[in-house]
Amino acid sequence: MEINIEKISELARLNLKPEEKHKLAQDLGAILEYVKKLDVLDTKDVEPTSHVLNMENVFRADEAKPTDAARKALQHAPETEGSFFKVPKVVQR
Amino acid sequence: MDNLCSLTLKEAIELAKKDSAQPILDAFAKRAEALNPRVNAFLRFNASDINLPLTAERLPLAGVPISIKDNICIDGREVTCASKILAKHVPPYDATVIEKLKNAGATLFGQCNMDEFAFGSSCETSAFGPCRNPWDLERVPGGSSGGCAASVAADMTLAALGSDTGGSIRQPAALCGVVGVKPTYGRVSRYGLIAFGSSFDQIGPLTKTVEDAAILMNILCGHDPKDSTSSPEKVPDFTQALKRDVKGLRIGLPKEYFIEGIDPEVEKSVRQAAEIYKKLGAEIKMISLPHTEHSVAVYYIVAVAEASSNLGRFDGVEYGLRVPSKDLREMYFETRDQGFGQEAKRRILLGTFVLSAGYYEAYYLKGQKVRTLIRQDFERAFKEVDVILSPTSPTAAFKIGEKAADPIAMYLSDIFTIPANLAGIPAMSLPCGFKKVTVTNSDSHQGCELPIGLQLMARPFDESTMLRAAYSFEQETGIYKKKPKL
Repeated sequence: MEINIEKISELARLNLKPEEKHKLAQDLGAILEYVKKLDVLDTKDVEPTSHVLNMENVFRADEAKPTDAARKALQHAPETEGSFFKVPKVVQR
Repeated sequence: MDNLCSLTLKEAIELAKKDSAQPILDAFAKRAEALNPRVNAFLRFNASDINLPLTAERLPLAGVPISIKDNICIDGREVTCASKILAKHVPPYDATVIEKLKNAGATLFGQCNMDEFAFGSSCETSAFGPCRNPWDLERVPGGSSGGCAASVAADMTLAALGSDTGGSIRQPAALCGVVGVKPTYGRVSRYGLIAFGSSFDQIGPLTKTVEDAAILMNILCGHDPKDSTSSPEKVPDFTQALKRDVKGLRIGLPKEYFIEGIDPEVEKSVRQAAEIYKKLGAEIKMISLPHTEHSVAVYYIVAVAEASSNLGRFDGVEYGLRVPSKDLREMYFETRDQGFGQEAKRRILLGTFVLSAGYYEAYYLKGQKVRTLIRQDFERAFKEVDVILSPTSPTAAFKIGEKAADPIAMYLSDIFTIPANLAGIPAMSLPCGFKKVTVTNSDSHQGCELPIGLQLMARPFDESTMLRAAYSFEQETGIYKKKPKL
């Protein structure tokens, strides 16, 4: 199976080194070929399983509790300013 | 000092309660320091600065050392998932299992090597070098919790916590000759476990004995409001299940688990185990789980889809590696390129593909539907039997590098462990025998033995029956007493 590795890596926000591209495209093709064998199964009337527990609408009490996780998280962030994560410019002029 | 390291968890707790955990901690620190350069089971470990709380000896775990797979968050301690992308990340909170271990008085000892983001079955994809199998250092310990299994097998720790998405506790436990339990999905909180496949991931213990596993299960299990997929199901005292009694227990042997490609010695050893159960009074039945052959394909669609989505958060913004770039978009692409290894990239791309427009139905939805068929196989089987017995992995430990170039060959080493994750049922591995091999590249000894693992699977939330069956076999055979020569 042929896959468009450029498009997929773009969607995945992942630069690939030129030497990786060919091998990864080949691997993906082989894996997709392997999983294609599922096609022999008739699943027309089968419900999909997204989760095994069948629990729905799980809520917990919405209570405020003290935590210093935010302060600690900022301490180890790559770049911060005040109480914010700082990133490079988003829009180029 | 080394004899303290060969204690079981149970024995170490008793000793620590009578006396102190300090000599035990010192012995493990010394042994880990001596062996880790060869085994590479720990990415980091406490050698000197272990602060034993004064009251530790009064708590259930009495201050003894437990090691943690490096994808479980400990407040204030670096966590890496064996990936460069999390370099120098220090979590601001404890995972629920860590909180529970601390409350029980454990000393958090080593942080265990693993496949990068738990993507692998050999521990070779670690960004910090492969972990090695204590039974033969030229071989893999299995994965992804390879460092956990190797450190327990090598007596470098008393026990370890791993995580299991497709066999990542059980397969390395089998390859290293230790006990590894994957509880029912929802039994143990996933809060603070860095996610791989959220509908599969479960934390569980790797230990020297079944009793040790039951002791840790008692501490780890239970509902957690911080994990919406954690189950409110009541947790029994698992140590109560430790009885040598399998009379009348119905044990199923699935014919699809004894297939071509399985190592004949593995098959022989597992069939012998079935004979032992029969001798002990269990009823052995042949059963069928007809969709088994499709489980690897389902897993590599659904689990990678979940993984690609879970790994979207590693973009250089909030934690870990950031590659400086001229704009935000470029930063995402460059950080992810330089931060992720080959297997992580492969799975991110594959997951992105199966979720992408035009392919979602053919792959992802199809995978979820076949997942239902696999669950139904188990539901039918458990009407006839109480426990299912199989090999844990088709082979014993393979050589480092042997399967690294062929992703599908590597994926197939999980064929017997993946179905339990797809169905959410509890499963475990325990040692059931050894395979003799000749060592060609070592002049120190001519041959070595490689452990073989037996897998037991049970109904959802029926870990007790599974542990009772495991305990009965273990106590009857005593195989767990054999140790690797290091």
